[in-house]
Amino acid sequence: MQQRWGLPIVAWPSRLRPNYWDGIALPLVLGSIVLLAWASRQMSMPYRLGQTLAISLDPRYLPEYGLRTVLRMVLALVASLVFSLAYAALAAKSRRAEKLLIPLLDILQSVPILGFLSITVTGFIALFPGSLMGYECAAIFAIFTSQAWNMTFSLYQSFSAVPKDLHEASRMYHLSPWQSFWQLDVPFAMPNLIWNMMMSVSGGWFFVVASEAISVNGQDVKLPGIGSYIALAIEQRDLAGVGYAILAMLVLILIYDQLLFRPLLAWAQRFKVEAIGQDEIEPPWFLTMLQRARLFDLLRSLFDAAASLASLASRRALPAGAAQRLPRTRFAEARWIDYVWSAALLVGTLYTLYEIALFVQTEVGLHEVLYVLLLGFITLIRVVVLIALAAVIWVPIGVWIGLRPRLARRVQPIVQFLAAFPANLFFPVAVAAILRFHLNVEVWVSPLMILGTQWYILFNVIAGTLALPTDYQFVASNLGVSRWLWWRRLVLPGIFPAFVTGAVTASGGSWNASIVSEIVRWGNDTLVATGIGAYIAQATDKGDFPRIALGICVLCLYVLLLNRLLWRRLYVLAEERLRLD
Amino acid sequence: MPDDGRLICAEKVCKTYQTAETSGRLVLDHVDFSLFEGEIVAILGKSGSGKSTFLRVLAGLTPPTEGRVAYRGRAVDGPAQGIAMVFQTFALFPWLTVLGNVELGLEAQGVPRAERRQRALKAIDVIGLDGFESAYPKELSGGMRQRVGFARALVVNPDVLLLDEPFSALDVLTAETLRGDLMDLWIERRVPTKGIILVSHNIEEAVEIADRIIIFGSDPGHIRAEIPVTLPRPRDPASPRFQQIVDEVYAILTTVPGREAGRRGARGVEQVGIGYRIPAASIQQLVGLLDAISAPPYSGRADLPHLVESEHIEDEALFVLIEALQLLGFAQVAGGDIWATPVGRNFAEADLQTRKQIFADQLRRNIPLAAHIRKVLDERPGHSAPEGRFLAELEDHLSEEEAAEVLETMINWGRYAELFAYDYDRGVLSLENPT
Repeated sequence: MQQRWGLPIVAWPSRLRPNYWDGIALPLVLGSIVLLAWASRQMSMPYRLGQTLAISLDPRYLPEYGLRTVLRMVLALVASLVFSLAYAALAAKSRRAEKLLIPLLDILQSVPILGFLSITVTGFIALFPGSLMGYECAAIFAIFTSQAWNMTFSLYQSFSAVPKDLHEASRMYHLSPWQSFWQLDVPFAMPNLIWNMMMSVSGGWFFVVASEAISVNGQDVKLPGIGSYIALAIEQRDLAGVGYAILAMLVLILIYDQLLFRPLLAWAQRFKVEAIGQDEIEPPWFLTMLQRARLFDLLRSLFDAAASLASLASRRALPAGAAQRLPRTRFAEARWIDYVWSAALLVGTLYTLYEIALFVQTEVGLHEVLYVLLLGFITLIRVVVLIALAAVIWVPIGVWIGLRPRLARRVQPIVQFLAAFPANLFFPVAVAAILRFHLNVEVWVSPLMILGTQWYILFNVIAGTLALPTDYQFVASNLGVSRWLWWRRLVLPGIFPAFVTGAVTASGGSWNASIVSEIVRWGNDTLVATGIGAYIAQATDKGDFPRIALGICVLCLYVLLLNRLLWRRLYVLAEERLRLD
Repeated sequence: MPDDGRLICAEKVCKTYQTAETSGRLVLDHVDFSLFEGEIVAILGKSGSGKSTFLRVLAGLTPPTEGRVAYRGRAVDGPAQGIAMVFQTFALFPWLTVLGNVELGLEAQGVPRAERRQRALKAIDVIGLDGFESAYPKELSGGMRQRVGFARALVVNPDVLLLDEPFSALDVLTAETLRGDLMDLWIERRVPTKGIILVSHNIEEAVEIADRIIIFGSDPGHIRAEIPVTLPRPRDPASPRFQQIVDEVYAILTTVPGREAGRRGARGVEQVGIGYRIPAASIQQLVGLLDAISAPPYSGRADLPHLVESEHIEDEALFVLIEALQLLGFAQVAGGDIWATPVGRNFAEADLQTRKQIFADQLRRNIPLAAHIRKVLDERPGHSAPEGRFLAELEDHLSEEEAAEVLETMINWGRYAELFAYDYDRGVLSLENPT
């Protein structure tokens, strides 16, 4: 029989005796606990603004910095997970909440992540006066914002797509809402959630680098971490330091990939609804250890006991019948409440817009608004041109790889890795090159925006090509289709849906990256390209809130417009006409 | 309500589906129904007759708009303890093993782990799933999956078992075996279940299992007929008495309601208007069936149960085809027989081009929607119109989903008849064919 990697349901006491996997597991668990305790102590050190935190470029400190960076990532991921579960559950279960929460999420998603950092940092500092915790929270919050929306959307979509018959079964067999949520909704959402978490964390590495060096009212605060290390290396024009940071990040991502995501992806297989046999994944060593080491059996039985207690408690609090009493509200009445609710939402939105306009107007005139709109347009052109360029380069390469499935299987993990790698670590290298060869800043800074996000296009094109049925190619060669016709009639339409998915991700990422890539530094040299990203970054440096707000609003506007006018239409086209089934 | 041997009692149940624009569409119209202790009732009806909705009302999964449902004298206002359901799609949790799925209901009730395990293993044993306890549903065949569905239902010792087309997703052989096993359990009283309601569209299955057959009529769903089946068990499908009942059910189910106004009396003639839900029959199958009826051995007239057997058609698909043939005036049905009309015979003998001509004529004569679309296209200056226009008209009578389905069928028929053309990309109906 095939080996299952599902966690076993029962843990028999006899199985709790240690085995050789425990030899690896025990030091690993104890070590992690000690390290976490140490790192969290560090996070809440006393601190006042203006104090300098000693950051050293000595590579021996990099493991410590790496640990602190990872801790931030983990905390942000946990926060994102909790937030997503709550938010998505609320949006999926309540029709009225959905009306507010989903458009809100849509907007939150298009707010540039570093924008959140500039707005929220002062609030967090006020929350923990005299401690480093406020700054840590701000950084974690910035990472959180780079992960949460994406995960929430995925969960919301999964929750809304739970098959009706499974819901009916869970009601027929009297599962309480709490049980039903954990036994049905969450497992159903699991494969997509984990995939999205992986994408989110990939994005998170980028922002952890950008958010560790925070500027508050013109003061620079560098939280110990890889991001600060590289910021310092940039200030001191230390190319070797940049190299060390890149190396450290490489190791970190590799560890995280091995310890977290390979096991999770393999484990999530069992939640897939489709038949077995599709992209089975080799059980990774870490998952094997989790399943074999008795230590984890012990932990698991504790966890199981806690879970059944929670479920018991939930049955007391929310008996199956209580929440399932059939609603007998009259439709006229329900509709009336709907109208009132919609009107309230509309008024709230208009009022918020009015407040923002008022706030911005205190400092900024109409002239500047128009100017910022123009800046946004320039960045828009950059994004569109870059996506087009990336498509021209990566589509043929992706198709070429995708047509060779064995090669593709080896290339895909590398591409995933490249997508996860924070491209901003390479910015200093590029800037040094621009300065050295006296290149045009407006043009040569632009590619930085797409440095990290172009991989999504390549990744999806490869996947799309792999999914093209080989029958089609047999038909094409049977009919003697010429090269150009083969592209036009077979390959391009065939990979279009996958390409759109990749391009949407790449485009979203590029907008976000504009804030860090339109203004780049190397020592005392600062290269500024004209664009809305640079505008927001400069306003942030000065702590100029009206201008930050204006910049972010305009940026949101452009992202929303591009999504509505271009991507959503391409999506619909791909869905309706070019799907393969 | 007194406890008079009735397990479930439904009185004047109406169900209206509310949509955003329309004032609501009636799917169940004053249905009175009782399930008595010790009986199996089969509910038959065409797709869309509301029989599944009715089962969900009885189950407490969806509330009736009017009327009331009681289980053992107590009003049903949510899934009641003592009623279990088996689903057409199995509805198993793919991430739980067979054992996990069977234990689910017990776990929800808070049954202690040891007892849970023991009861689940017993149910698995009774239903013949021994050895598959640790398998995941996706590893199992359809028949085995449905066995898990039955085990999950039986393990809670249900008083009433609701079966929503439990065999229709299985192949004939598997369905027969599972049905036989279920009947053995029932006859030998190896399960504590007191009553079973089976929703089905398979006539033989219903006659084989049920003590009573309820036949639902469509638009809106209502009880059209009730046929007691008193044959001794085990029943022999080949026996003349069995076949006689099958014929009787076929006769009722295949008569288009509008054409039997005399018998229906009070309800009156249901006019086939623009908003009539034309059956989603494919051209290929329509033509194939008409050819089969016209050719030997039937030579123009066929006994429906025979036809089902010889042409390997599912009952449900057959109802759709027969209704379409009758609507189009190609065939007539009475007393469980179907025969081709003169037009139908002409059609069967004609060549491809003439067939299209005849089909077009019949469409314009008998299907008001087809005539209407053609008229609009003729009158419009550009001889074209967006599909949304017709959809909106249909949605006055039908739900959004049904309207889309009706228009899709209409477009298929219209395209075959070359009555009009349709451009998918632009969503436009027109009189011109692509050049």
